Amino acid sequence: MMNLTTLWQGAHDALSPGGPAAAAVDGLWKFLWITAAVVYILVLAAFIYSALRKRRDTADAITESGARLAVMIATGVTVLILFAFLIVDFGTGRKLSAAEPDALVIDVTGHQWWWEVTYPSADPSLQVTTANEIHIPVGRPVVVRLHTADVIHSFWVPSLAGKRDLIPGYPGRIRFQAASAGIYRGECAEFCGHEHAKMSFLVIAEPADSFAAWLAGEHGPAAAPATESARRGEAVFLEGRCVMCHTIRGTPAGSRVGPDLTHLAARQTLAAGTIPNRRGWLAGFIMNPQRIKPGVLMPPNQLSPADLHALLDYLGSLR
Amino acid sequence: MTSTIVVPAPTADDLAAEAAALERTWAHRPGVIGWLSTTDHKAIGRRYIVTAFCFFLAGGINAALIRAQLARPEGTLLGPDTYNQVFTVHGSTMMFLFAVPMMNALGIYFVPLMVGARNIAFPRLNAFGYYVYLIGGLLLYVGLLTNTGPDAGWFSYVPLAGPAFSPGKRVDIWAQMVTFTEIAALVAAVEIIVTVFKCRAPRMSIDRLPLFVWSQLVVSFMIVFAMPWVATGSTFMLAADRLVSTQFFNTAEGGDALLWQHVFWFFGHPEVYIIFLPALGMVSQIVGTFSRREVFGYTAIVLSMVATGFLSFGLWVHHMFATTVPMLGESFFSAASAMIAIPTGVQFFCWIVTLWTGRPRITVPLLFVLGFAATFLIGGLSGVMIASVPFDLQVHDTFFIVAHFHYVLLGGAVFPLFGAFYYWFPKVTGRMLNEKLGVWQFWLFLIGVNVTFFPMHRLGLDGMPRRVYTYLPGTGWGTLNLVASIGAAVITVSVILFLINVIRSWAAGVRAPDDPWEADSLEWATSSPPPSYNFVYVPVVEGRSALWDRSPERPIVRGLRTDIREALLTTVIDARPDSLHRHPEPSIVPFLAALATSTTIIVLIFTPWGLPIGGVLLLFTLIAWGWPSAKDHARQLRAEASEPA
Repeated sequence: MMNLTTLWQGAHDALSPGGPAAAAVDGLWKFLWITAAVVYILVLAAFIYSALRKRRDTADAITESGARLAVMIATGVTVLILFAFLIVDFGTGRKLSAAEPDALVIDVTGHQWWWEVTYPSADPSLQVTTANEIHIPVGRPVVVRLHTADVIHSFWVPSLAGKRDLIPGYPGRIRFQAASAGIYRGECAEFCGHEHAKMSFLVIAEPADSFAAWLAGEHGPAAAPATESARRGEAVFLEGRCVMCHTIRGTPAGSRVGPDLTHLAARQTLAAGTIPNRRGWLAGFIMNPQRIKPGVLMPPNQLSPADLHALLDYLGSLR
Repeated sequence: MTSTIVVPAPTADDLAAEAAALERTWAHRPGVIGWLSTTDHKAIGRRYIVTAFCFFLAGGINAALIRAQLARPEGTLLGPDTYNQVFTVHGSTMMFLFAVPMMNALGIYFVPLMVGARNIAFPRLNAFGYYVYLIGGLLLYVGLLTNTGPDAGWFSYVPLAGPAFSPGKRVDIWAQMVTFTEIAALVAAVEIIVTVFKCRAPRMSIDRLPLFVWSQLVVSFMIVFAMPWVATGSTFMLAADRLVSTQFFNTAEGGDALLWQHVFWFFGHPEVYIIFLPALGMVSQIVGTFSRREVFGYTAIVLSMVATGFLSFGLWVHHMFATTVPMLGESFFSAASAMIAIPTGVQFFCWIVTLWTGRPRITVPLLFVLGFAATFLIGGLSGVMIASVPFDLQVHDTFFIVAHFHYVLLGGAVFPLFGAFYYWFPKVTGRMLNEKLGVWQFWLFLIGVNVTFFPMHRLGLDGMPRRVYTYLPGTGWGTLNLVASIGAAVITVSVILFLINVIRSWAAGVRAPDDPWEADSLEWATSSPPPSYNFVYVPVVEGRSALWDRSPERPIVRGLRTDIREALLTTVIDARPDSLHRHPEPSIVPFLAALATSTTIIVLIFTPWGLPIGGVLLLFTLIAWGWPSAKDHARQLRAEASEPA
């Protein structure tokens, strides 16, 4: 069970960088904590020793001018350390903000409490929209343009880069690059209401050719249901309330309130990284999403067992 | 012109007669009305301290709930709706109802005593401020207990806190609770500034002020400049957006969502130093007293505090590095944030030298100062780290930040506060706190704080965002969260020990002499607890360490009238006798004015009619406030008649 959950959780540690941006900050962190540890030990040792030391009365008393000199030297050293800090800090900042001409551009829109992911294209028919999962090619810089549909969110993939807020009226951007293939977990970092805790996403870095294949697959509309049960499931979807909020390209369902489900079955997680994308979990989420994600904007559904199974067959076919 | 002259020591008979006369004039009035009418800064200060401590306990209960919920992944103790209320109320309580009011409270109690005044300046305003604060605090908890607790965080970022995403009255309760605390903090600041500038004992020139008084003075000015920003933001803009559909923060209608953050943090960052600087003042008092020498580098420490006060207004953008502020601007705020380490460093070095060249006595207050050094330094150093924009972008809004500011606030404010409680408890109650229990409490608190908050640094780096009501098992955050929750239990035990110590000692502790620590400042020159008029004869100050530098003659002020509440005002810089001032008599009106103010604010949660309704109520109470009583008038006439022409 544990292995299974960690498999789709993905790496999420700022100290195990998966790309150059996070690696630069990891290097900065090492400088910061070692300096801080040395300063801490020296200052605290001086503080405690000065309070507890055994006194030989007048013999070891320092003069007022000696004391003044000591304070001035300590202050001078403090200033020097802070200058060193600023130099290393600004150096790292410059490295992170270098221009990336050949970057892949992706649009991410935060919603309460999920992520809409769009791969823009000059040809609107080639635009790809998905949710809570960002595929990127390994080794190529990525620029994510950030928007929000409602409140402020913050986009953060600790293993790849720092974070950037999604603020109404202030489109932001963040750059990163994955050095090796793998799954990296991202979180919403800015408090955004009830389900802030369950607003995660995955960044899936894969070799350029498999990324291209994935993108090509996502372009297409949903596969037409192949089995009797899936056809019934499609009818359940289109005639029920699902269609009020969700899009499945290739069908009349085109609402943009909730996540695009066109290729739902190809995703690893459901409910923004909250549960694995498996039939049982999906059934539970459809019937009572409030149990898994209390406060989520999706209402509970009442479906007959036969309808539910048909719907699951249909959604399971959307690869 | 003044009737004040400096003469040698009075006889014992003089003293007894003077004390009896002062007691008649300054005595508290009996009964409930009398209790509500008092304008004695010590009575108000004591209530303030006890109230702020109760809010500390309430905020602590919220914290315990948070740690219980997060101890294991997928915890089920609190749902997201309750959790969001609890963490919002925890933060709001600790910032608005505990930390700032507690620092004000100690200022209200001790600044007049330390500068040798009979009472605080504007004593009625002081009483008014306390009742406003109390009612505002209760409002927040009435909200929480009726499931109307604010749930948009103590920072209430729009648009989440705006009318579209937070319908109902939860955020309005937050906004107006802030209004209450703004008023209380502002009036306290004005009183303290005037007390320090005008009510000092003769010859306590500005370079002889005790360091705690300096910290209170600097902080009071900071309050005067910082609080109007949150007043503009929450009391006016946010409340108006929510109540009368203004669109200050609504991007769709030409408002600006980021404006709130600028306004809030322009107040919110100085707020941290408003909490921190008085704690540094306490550390200076304790270090001086228990090193048995004047604190080294008086001028350097004072200038450091002033510098911190100024710098703290130039840092607010470091709360916003992850927003879309331009890089160049961010690097300015990076450098400013790092720079604030310099004045704090200077104070640390001065204390080290003071201890080094003194003859330290290790007592519980000094133990807490050592705990302050050990804990606060971690928060200070992680503070320099997050001044770095690239590093902050990794740890911003994660548990690393939770660790950082708890090290700063618990280390930098609560450790010195506990030290100050042990230090000043004998003065306030006339009883000593138990030392042995104090040592136990100290070690438990030190261990508890570190076990709770140190692992959070790692949690943040490991990707755990703040303000989450739960986390998934596969994240691997369970173990460190459990450790943190166990630490919280240790803190709880420590605080319970302190409560037991306070209750036991207050009831039956060892009697405290006037000056149990052989300290140097004026509050120790009067009895423990001090009489209602503070000093039988106001002392004349002969050095920076008022009690240690006293000459054998012990000059005092004589000739002040004892049949009315007369006090001596002195000049701002040199504290030369300047004029005579009459403190007002006790009055119920400040309490009534606080009720009227509270009615205004609370009705404003529901309808704009709060303004006219409250306006009328306030008009009546303010007229009553200024109305001279017939008795006062007669006494004034007698006083004028007896005055030499």
